[in-house]
Amino acid sequence: MKNIYEALVEIMGERGVSNRPEEIWFYGRDPGVLPPHPPDYVVAPETTEQVQKVVQLANREKIPVVPMGNGMALTGLVIPLKGGIVMDMKRMNKILEVNEMARYVVVEGGTSQGMLKAHLRDHYPRLRHSLPDAPPTTTIAANVSLHGQGCLTQQYGFNSDMVSGLEVVLPTGELCKIGSPSLGPYWFSKGPSLPDLSGLFLGWLGTTGIFTKVGLKLYPNKKIREMEIFVTDKAELVPEIIYKLTHLEMLEDLIAWFQPKPLMFKDNYHLTIYFTGDSEKEIEFKRTMIWDALQEFIDNKDGGFMNVQAMKPNLMENPQRGIAAFADVPRGGGFEYSGPITLIELYPQFAAKVVELAEKYDVIYSSAARVISGGHSMMFSISFAFNRADPAMMERVKKALDEATEYALKMGGIPWKPNYMEQKMTMDHMDPNTLKLLRMIKKNLDPHGIMNPGNWEPAP
Amino acid sequence: MGSLKFDENVCATCPSADCLIKCQYMDFEEDEAHNEMMKIVKGLDSRVLHDCVTCYACEEYCRRGNHPFYLIGERREEKGIYTASRAITNQWINLTQMQGKPMVGTVKDKALSSCFIPDLGALGSGELFKEVFPAVTFGAEFMCPAVHTHFAKMSVVKERLPKVMENFKKLGVKEVICLHDECYGTYTSIAQAYGMEVPFKPVYYMDFLLTRLKELKDRIIPLNIKAAYQRPCSNRLIPHKHRLVQEIMDYIGVDMPGRKYQGENSLCCAEIIRSVAGYKLADDIQGRNIDDMLEAGAEYCVFNCPACQSSLSEKVSKKGLKPVHIIDLCKMAVGEKGREG
Amino acid sequence: MEYARQIEHADIVHRCFRCGYCKFPEDYVDFNCPSYKAFGWDTFSPGGRMWLIRAWLNKELETSPHFSRILYSCVACGNCKDQCVYPRFKDYLLNVFEEAKAELVNEGRIPPEVRDYFKAVSVNGNPYKQPQEERGQWADGLGLKEFTDQEYLFYVGCVGSYDEVGQRMARSVGQLLSETGVSIGILGKEETCDGHEVKVLGETGLFTALAEENIMKFKKKGIEKIITLDPHALNVFRKDYPKLRGNFEVFHYTEILSQLIRNNQIPLSNYQAKVTYHDPCYLGRHNLILEPPREVLKGLPGIELVEMRRKGLSAFCCGGGGGNFFTDMVGSGENNPARIRIKEALDTGAEIVAVACPQCAKMLDDAIKSEGQEDWLEVLDLSELVNRVRSK
Repeated sequence: MKNIYEALVEIMGERGVSNRPEEIWFYGRDPGVLPPHPPDYVVAPETTEQVQKVVQLANREKIPVVPMGNGMALTGLVIPLKGGIVMDMKRMNKILEVNEMARYVVVEGGTSQGMLKAHLRDHYPRLRHSLPDAPPTTTIAANVSLHGQGCLTQQYGFNSDMVSGLEVVLPTGELCKIGSPSLGPYWFSKGPSLPDLSGLFLGWLGTTGIFTKVGLKLYPNKKIREMEIFVTDKAELVPEIIYKLTHLEMLEDLIAWFQPKPLMFKDNYHLTIYFTGDSEKEIEFKRTMIWDALQEFIDNKDGGFMNVQAMKPNLMENPQRGIAAFADVPRGGGFEYSGPITLIELYPQFAAKVVELAEKYDVIYSSAARVISGGHSMMFSISFAFNRADPAMMERVKKALDEATEYALKMGGIPWKPNYMEQKMTMDHMDPNTLKLLRMIKKNLDPHGIMNPGNWEPAP
Repeated sequence: MGSLKFDENVCATCPSADCLIKCQYMDFEEDEAHNEMMKIVKGLDSRVLHDCVTCYACEEYCRRGNHPFYLIGERREEKGIYTASRAITNQWINLTQMQGKPMVGTVKDKALSSCFIPDLGALGSGELFKEVFPAVTFGAEFMCPAVHTHFAKMSVVKERLPKVMENFKKLGVKEVICLHDECYGTYTSIAQAYGMEVPFKPVYYMDFLLTRLKELKDRIIPLNIKAAYQRPCSNRLIPHKHRLVQEIMDYIGVDMPGRKYQGENSLCCAEIIRSVAGYKLADDIQGRNIDDMLEAGAEYCVFNCPACQSSLSEKVSKKGLKPVHIIDLCKMAVGEKGREG
Repeated sequence: MEYARQIEHADIVHRCFRCGYCKFPEDYVDFNCPSYKAFGWDTFSPGGRMWLIRAWLNKELETSPHFSRILYSCVACGNCKDQCVYPRFKDYLLNVFEEAKAELVNEGRIPPEVRDYFKAVSVNGNPYKQPQEERGQWADGLGLKEFTDQEYLFYVGCVGSYDEVGQRMARSVGQLLSETGVSIGILGKEETCDGHEVKVLGETGLFTALAEENIMKFKKKGIEKIITLDPHALNVFRKDYPKLRGNFEVFHYTEILSQLIRNNQIPLSNYQAKVTYHDPCYLGRHNLILEPPREVLKGLPGIELVEMRRKGLSAFCCGGGGGNFFTDMVGSGENNPARIRIKEALDTGAEIVAVACPQCAKMLDDAIKSEGQEDWLEVLDLSELVNRVRSK
């Protein structure tokens, strides 16, 4: 493989390639529970041309290529299951264009969520993007490639729905623009009114190409952001509460969560309701509407709004630092979650399942369900924290997560950013013709199966 | 577990029924007030059991030494009448559960109680508390359980209060300086009402503060500001201590212009009312209260209770008033703190 | 028996989630970890280091020159500990890195640049391999007295004693303090290395020897108060010397200058200039001295302070911390932190970058040359700036 290294150096320069044990060790794992697998090389491109050349080389030599952002999907999607080249995209982090009037931004394939947030705040304070709950180092391209969500998902759908154009290096090395940028200079549409080819890449977890540019829709950044938390002790009321709240068409974000610790959260279900406005008047009007929408639950003593003053500074952070902090609950640096997309009406069943799994496997749980697109579905996270120094605990978490995915599929849900085993479970449940279509697309796009192999890989 | 010492005859022979007549959140004719109270005394249902917003004020209005508010709480609990939702009620019970994680400083004869309120730890510091600051106690183990009276969970109060007092006793303290108004109210009013012996001498922090201010007389530079005082619900349990606010303000050069809602007529901060009776009443109370402060010409809104401060700070700030705890105001007067509040 | 690697804080190493908050400043505007910025591999980020150290302690990874470079290119700026989202262990991140370096020293597997540094300090008492007799030459002609019974010891450190830029700064500060009536004495050729970099680079034995010698010397001379030129010295005097029973009242010269300016003890005229200020890590992040330097600047008539995008606790390090000033493990290419910082300074439109650390001064001075910006930007230490504004 020495000539491959030299070929990579020729493309990337010394600074852009490593096969040293330290990088090989590090880039062979992620913070979740899946076992590592080492790559043969790690590359960190700075230009689209370098990405293309590496992919062309890999395609020619039939070497796996695994694109990587910050590697925080937690489900092993950047673990090179079959070795090969891990491509760390984070050096390609330029913000190329903001079209303020058309409300979109074009970024390079390794641009982080945090940098885009800072850029918009500094230069376009009237605009914002849908920041995920993941740390700010995570990249926009990785987020949309796995149908990520963010703080505007309740209003506008998955973050991948907000893509307004793509530039992709195909598995064979060609550079391909998707949507309006394929016809002209503007990045306002990923598909309509053309056939929406973005579907060949979004949600494919890097198995059909590498994003070198992403166009992303931006949204109004209102002057004031506020929140309330409604609490109930009956899981079966949560769907109706969500229904009433989403009926208002006024919310920015809506998250239903429960966790056993700290003790004050025990036995209750919490709905964090975010709303925005350009004036106090608008905020107070919305707050009033929200309170009124849930008055019947208050009157029946089934729920109430809790005092949020103490929690507000943390919950108003965007992204919330406290979410990553869950990893240290068992003093051990890890958590992972199964996040099926499912119907909101199934909330009580899923909630019961979380507790059942936590008890069965003796693990610490937390759950947060984000409402998607005004209430058509939710992402229901089943999160378990673990101690990285305790392999037995990690194994228990892994089993609990596997069982959670099985349950989600049985309930008609769709696993979110599934690991390779969950993908297999999903494909086993899939309509055969759908699976055939998936296989056909993949085979045609990636004839040698070099792109993130082991993922979305149907049995022949 | 103690039981409420309540003298039915005191109510039966009450000439005024002030406890309900003076209530700011329910309207009664004089006869009606007396009748409703007697229904409660006899264990019958009353609209009071459904409409009371738990402001504690009837404890002050009753001049005959009975405990109408505690009785209302007892009766509500007996009948399973929740004040707030089950979820919020239980949240408070869980939040304040003893978990074996108290923080105890170097305690000898005296303890400086921060209750279970982190903000009090910072307040009870500096020159004013120099001697007692190392003796700080903090945590659910040292928290007065009076908050559960808002949720008519008198059983929780009765169960936990002896444990809290026992925890102090185990420290071997003779005096507990209560930084939380409600702690002092609990040890001097609730404990007495339930026949519980308090194994230490509770000291009200404002008494302590005034003594310290006198000791630091030479350092005091009068603040020359106008302030409105937000009287907390728990102060209704210890109305005789209310005068200390004026004495402290006089001592540090703070003018408290007359207000409609002061003294007995003070309005609740409304945070609990938001949970118990909904946002409309809470907003109305807060709106009237803040408008009254502004009409009186106040520049600062002075708090005694951190919970009131948390509830109202943002709202008074938006109206141009500077929120400040009375301890911080004293720190400003002795030059330990800037004037921002 | 096989050698078992050990560090004091081994029990927290596995608790890093490597979420990456540590790479950023508070508002995420750009990567704020100098070595990650310079090398561009996750292994060079704080999270990467934590994970690699765990693998190395577990013997999943062996010591290698590359591993050493990863550890030694950490500039110890402290951004990671400020930004880490894990309050229960964030304060010990730098300890872990320092302890791992100390373990490399124990193994005798350190980069040649680091080895040379230790050797020079050990043999010469300074990393410049200069004679001890010449240590006080920076003060020639200034009339500064040797310390006898003055109120303060003015401690200049190795950079201030031997480096050209450092000497210029030491002379300027010394002269200013002396002329404004601050009672200072110096140690001159009796001064020895404070050991800060030695400690950060992991040579704990040498550090202890240097520190104990200094403590003994200070005590013998009756020194109670110290003004340091270098924030690195301030840091080690304040944080590490007390553990060796060296308790002194330690100030940075900018704290004294701000008092002098506040009390109108320095007659000032007017000097029109747009100035930006670079926070030294050991002054700002490590010791929270953020306002005094700014008070100095704001108190100078004609000076307009224009802040860089990253400032205060979110300031970007010049790259000289953690001993890199001497060992240069970060490298000098386009992604060199000092060059990035200079570009950031240029963005403000300032003509002067004000500094408060001789190491930053040198790093940024060199970076201006590398960027070819000598005609547009100059580096001045705060005292030099004050001297320009002083009424003569």
